[in-house]
Amino acid sequence: MDDSLLGLLSFGPNGWGDQLAAGLKITILLALATAPIGLVGGFLLALARRSDHTVLRVSATGFTTVFKGLPELITLFMVYYGFSMALAWFVGLFSDAYVEISAFFAGMVALGAVSASFASEVFMAALSGIARGQYEAAGALGLGRWATLRKVVIPQLVRLALPGLGNLWLVLLKDTALVSVIALPDLLRQTSVAVGATKEPFFFYLVAIGIYFVMSLVSMTILSLLEKRYGRAYVR
Amino acid sequence: MNIVPDILARYGDDLLDGFLVTLQLVFISVAFGAVLGALVCAGRMSTSRILNALAWFYIALFRGTPLLAQLFLFYYGAGQFSGFWRDIGMWTLLRDPFNCALIAFTLNTAAYQAEVFRGGVLAVPSGQWEGSAALGLSKRITFLRVILPQAALYALRPFGNEIILMVKASAVASVVTVYDLLGETRLAYSDTFRFDVYFYAAALYLILVETLRRVWDVLERRLTRHLDMRRKPDGPIAQHE
Repeated sequence: MDDSLLGLLSFGPNGWGDQLAAGLKITILLALATAPIGLVGGFLLALARRSDHTVLRVSATGFTTVFKGLPELITLFMVYYGFSMALAWFVGLFSDAYVEISAFFAGMVALGAVSASFASEVFMAALSGIARGQYEAAGALGLGRWATLRKVVIPQLVRLALPGLGNLWLVLLKDTALVSVIALPDLLRQTSVAVGATKEPFFFYLVAIGIYFVMSLVSMTILSLLEKRYGRAYVR
Repeated sequence: MNIVPDILARYGDDLLDGFLVTLQLVFISVAFGAVLGALVCAGRMSTSRILNALAWFYIALFRGTPLLAQLFLFYYGAGQFSGFWRDIGMWTLLRDPFNCALIAFTLNTAAYQAEVFRGGVLAVPSGQWEGSAALGLSKRITFLRVILPQAALYALRPFGNEIILMVKASAVASVVTVYDLLGETRLAYSDTFRFDVYFYAAALYLILVETLRRVWDVLERRLTRHLDMRRKPDGPIAQHE
């Protein structure tokens, strides 16, 4: 048996490689599952904040102010305990079964709400970067509201919003680590389990940080390629 | 009839204590982080290849990984070498989770602040350097008297944003048994299972963040008033709009 530190990372019964890989998978899955919520939610929030409908505008602005201002960790706790209590109350009306929401779901909802709030800022700025003449021209061509949005606004929006959204993806990737606090077996949680068993905190947390670092670097590379791809029409 | 909710009557003082711990964590780490951040920024902008690469790595590492993981590394990692720390007389310092959180937060915010400072310096038009050189000012004097005052104004807004980010990020300290605002809240919740304590804590966080944001708006408006060409009623641009 390999007793060295690197041996602790091996796959199989003697190392923690499998556990860390399983945790990494959950971290990536959580980030990938949350990103669309932030994307779509942020876009809808931005539209609501720009709308003429007072109730819609005020509530969307309030939502963003709250979730941008609160620490992500308290948002997570409030969603986790709040939803659990609400669900327990609801189920308690019919039976005395014990229910609890999953940490993965709570993470998706909480981080989704936070990402959507920040994404709405990005979309607001991007939307104001699209000249009014574009809407007028689309109207002159007889395009309806939906067609204007889909064929004229969104294609230009992607390029304007991409840098901001890329940053949000990097933030989201890091924020998934918070969900380990409510016992989701993500990368950081699995690392803590390994630390508990091996008493090698420095080594294992350094490995975890290294893995997060690589994920960030890979994301940054992909994002800069995407930015080049969507900006190619504007290169002079 | 009592207008103070019973949960606040019981835990209000604890929450306020936690609030003060949060304030200490944030302001001490931001202050130390500013010093370290300035050094990292100097490294990142230096012409030395090695310093440049080291500073780049430092910034990318601390900005690219979760603060919670960094905190665990310092808190549990320091404990692993307690013998060594005891030998050099540092153990009483590192044993306290508050100090560990402070170290982790300082190193983390230094990386962000280094980028804030660099952005400020780079935002100053290069003509300012050239103009100063033409006037015969040395590089040092140019930097201190011409570039720095302008860079500070450009960096003001992102610096304020960084303080707000730290207020929010500081909540992770509660995970390593620091009784900051969230730590006290979790304690009160586990005592009572009263969900409303979270609402009071959330309100305190929001008040802090909104206050900072508004103070920064005022600061920025005051400090940049000599630059404000759109100032009503007789700014030259405002007239033509």
